[in-house]
Amino acid sequence: MSSKFLHIFGFAAAIVAIQIFTQLTDTSFHLTQLTMTAYYSLLVIGLCMLIGYAGQISLGHAGFFAIGGYISAFLTTHDLTVLKGKPFVASLSKLGVLVMSKDTYGTELLTFNPWPACILSVCTVLIIAYVIGGPVLKLKGHYLAMATLGFGIIIYRIVLGTSSLGSADGISGVPGFSLLPGVMIGGSGSGKILNYYVAWGILIAGMTCLLNLISSRVGRALSAIHGAEDAAEAMGIPTANYKLKVFVLSAGFAAIAGVLLTHYNGSIGPSEASVMKSVRYVAIVAIGGMTSLWGAISMSLILNYLSLRGSFGTYDDAVFGVILILIMLFAPDGLIRRQVLGDLKSFFTRSAGKGVAL
Amino acid sequence: MTALLVVDKLSKRFGGLQAVNEVSFSVQAGSIKALIGPNGAGKTTLFNLISGVITPDSGVINFCGSQVQGLRPHQVASRGMARTFQHIRLFPKMSVLENIMIGRHIHSRAGFVAGMLSIPYTWSEEKKIREKSQEILAFLNLESLADIEATTLSYGQQRNVELGRALACEPKLLLLDEPAAGLNMSETAELGALVSKIRDTGITVLIVEHDMTLVMEISDEILVLSYGKKIADDKPLAVQSNSEVINVYLGEDDA
Amino acid sequence: MELFLQYIVAGVTYGTIYAIVAIGFNIIYNTTGIINFAQGEFVMLGGMTAFTLKEYMPLPLAIVSAVLITMIIGALIEMVFIRWLHKPSVLRMIIITIGLSILIRETALHIWGEGVTALPYFTGTSVTSVNLGGVFVSPQVFWAVGISSIMVLLLGIFFNFTLLGKQMRACSANREAARLCGISTQNMVTFSFMLSAAIGALGGCIVSPITYVQYDSGSQLAIKGFTVAILGGLGNSTAAVAAAMILGILESFSIWALPAAYKDVVSIAIMLIILFVKPSGLFGNAAAARLKEY
Repeated sequence: MSSKFLHIFGFAAAIVAIQIFTQLTDTSFHLTQLTMTAYYSLLVIGLCMLIGYAGQISLGHAGFFAIGGYISAFLTTHDLTVLKGKPFVASLSKLGVLVMSKDTYGTELLTFNPWPACILSVCTVLIIAYVIGGPVLKLKGHYLAMATLGFGIIIYRIVLGTSSLGSADGISGVPGFSLLPGVMIGGSGSGKILNYYVAWGILIAGMTCLLNLISSRVGRALSAIHGAEDAAEAMGIPTANYKLKVFVLSAGFAAIAGVLLTHYNGSIGPSEASVMKSVRYVAIVAIGGMTSLWGAISMSLILNYLSLRGSFGTYDDAVFGVILILIMLFAPDGLIRRQVLGDLKSFFTRSAGKGVAL
Repeated sequence: MTALLVVDKLSKRFGGLQAVNEVSFSVQAGSIKALIGPNGAGKTTLFNLISGVITPDSGVINFCGSQVQGLRPHQVASRGMARTFQHIRLFPKMSVLENIMIGRHIHSRAGFVAGMLSIPYTWSEEKKIREKSQEILAFLNLESLADIEATTLSYGQQRNVELGRALACEPKLLLLDEPAAGLNMSETAELGALVSKIRDTGITVLIVEHDMTLVMEISDEILVLSYGKKIADDKPLAVQSNSEVINVYLGEDDA
Repeated sequence: MELFLQYIVAGVTYGTIYAIVAIGFNIIYNTTGIINFAQGEFVMLGGMTAFTLKEYMPLPLAIVSAVLITMIIGALIEMVFIRWLHKPSVLRMIIITIGLSILIRETALHIWGEGVTALPYFTGTSVTSVNLGGVFVSPQVFWAVGISSIMVLLLGIFFNFTLLGKQMRACSANREAARLCGISTQNMVTFSFMLSAAIGALGGCIVSPITYVQYDSGSQLAIKGFTVAILGGLGNSTAAVAAAMILGILESFSIWALPAAYKDVVSIAIMLIILFVKPSGLFGNAAAARLKEY
């Protein structure tokens, strides 16, 4: 158990080191993409739980990300002034749920406060995931892949084709999200460094929760389900229920990532719901080793960052396609396999034990 | 003696085959009942019906006073029934101890939220799960194998681990599906002693077996199936001299 | 009334291309148990290649060459990526074919750019039309339906009356048994890819004048083709044709009730409903719904 905290601490230290490095080398502009990477990684680790521990593939996870982001964006930018007269609206205003804000042209709008908007959108995603999860998870193999793919495409088509969601342009002018007094995600004039640490802090918190889950009673049950589902059920584990819970959990992570990134960027577009994004996330989980959260988070850091930097140029989508093929052909268990890490560990401990002769 | 399990006119058809045909029997608490019959007689189907893997077409399964037919396997397990499998189903990539700890799942309650937030009560619960599992390992003399990956053990040892996993459920009724398959004579004798020891701790046992020596040695009662129908349900010596049973087995090797 | 028939004609036209994709899916699925997510890309490649080749040769020759080239690509894909895999899991196969679909699409993007291409109409121009009971139908529709029907007919003859066809059916029914009979199952797999690629490519050529083809047309078609294949019962090509017509027409009429942008939502929603309610499709049975293994 202590090794888990060692890894988390080491990771956190690396994150701090990166920030200090950019400060010293005066390359702070990197922080923006690194912050975005953190939010994308939140989705990736949730997806890794689903694929690696619940054994279910999802080719439509970008859909949950987009639903979360779009709902929050819509609620915080859509003018509700027309409803001002209604008593329900007035009481929401008094509670602070609705606030007066300004859009990009300076006109006054009555919109949702980011906090309630966030809660509403994440809850909506959780409900949707719960409702479709039941029937979807009963499917196997190709049918499951196609169903999740279809779900993602439906979301994409809806956001692309609905004018009140901005159609092809998406929604922009999304205000900053004040998590706590003094801690603001996005918005004008918000600190780059502060945002960087908030994003990575949230990701590390999420990672800690998942690592805890894996080494808990439920995590053990999930491994059992993945290994021999019929035997797991015979031992009293409610397999269908647990798989659904992991599905909803991973959707929740995706939704939170969507909401936070949308507020950080100040906008969201239909490309966030595209099939290519969903495929990209699966590729990252695959290359990291489907059952390895650390593999997923490190691959996400590297690949998402490079992609955001534009390092792949016009071959961006192609790169992820190639990764998928190469990994599936040659290393279906991913590059960072538990076995590899285990071998490395035993190699080093063996040498230490023998007392390396100089 | 009370009947722990009462099966009444249980039937199951697969397409054109009537696998189980109006079978009725009961298992007395604290006893060992053997279920025998030629291949294809419907023994595993009956097991799967009782443990909830498949649902019967008709009939009633009464366990500890309430009806359980139609319940999912995990629901049946939480009511006090545990089973082993004909083709060993241990959890790969998990150690022997971890496999046994799965058996404690129904006796613990830490859920998703508690697991993610690592709430304090889960720490003591995990400790108890681990301790109880180690007790089971001790009971089966498997302590030295605790951290070995379960699927790398020998066949006989894997069988014992699966048994340990079922025992960890603290079942009232233990269903054993051909536990002696693939074991040699001395291993079978050890198994017989072990099953009797388990019965002596108060657990009722229903065992499907082909090995007649084992069956005659440890059973209190024997149920004989042939082509899905019950043809005998009696004390071992009575079954042995039952002419219909002898007919059904005519042509097979002497036990 | 004319509008009604117009919708029907549009539905049948699109239904034709969906049927072609579904048949391609079924051929590979039947022989190998693999769902080839790159099937739509074969259609796209056929249309795009023919478009380029028609600059250098008469249209019929361009189409035949495009089909042959796509066939070779299909064979290469199978030999390079799939042949040597040993007992791959379903998940692995799905991801590989998805990766292939992306690769082909991105290559097409770099070769042909983002622009839309269209082959010239086989007879007449974009404005010629035949008056069919008050409805104006482009002659290309007749070409599309005609050629597809001939193709389905030829496939039927192939699978039922030729040795190679029967060998492929044997392979799909029971690969082990087929191997024991001396059938080279490895070659059957390669051939099924070639056949599916050819069918897809031909389909792409005949609808290109009406529907246009661009580098990402493939992925759209794949999901529709899959919907149709499932609707008819995976592996059943005759049912797929019927299902394709149904889907094409339903989609066509959906424009009546919903904005055009949601047309795809309708067909995917239909697929999801089928998957949730009756995965064996409208015409299939439970045994057929159990997935084959590679």
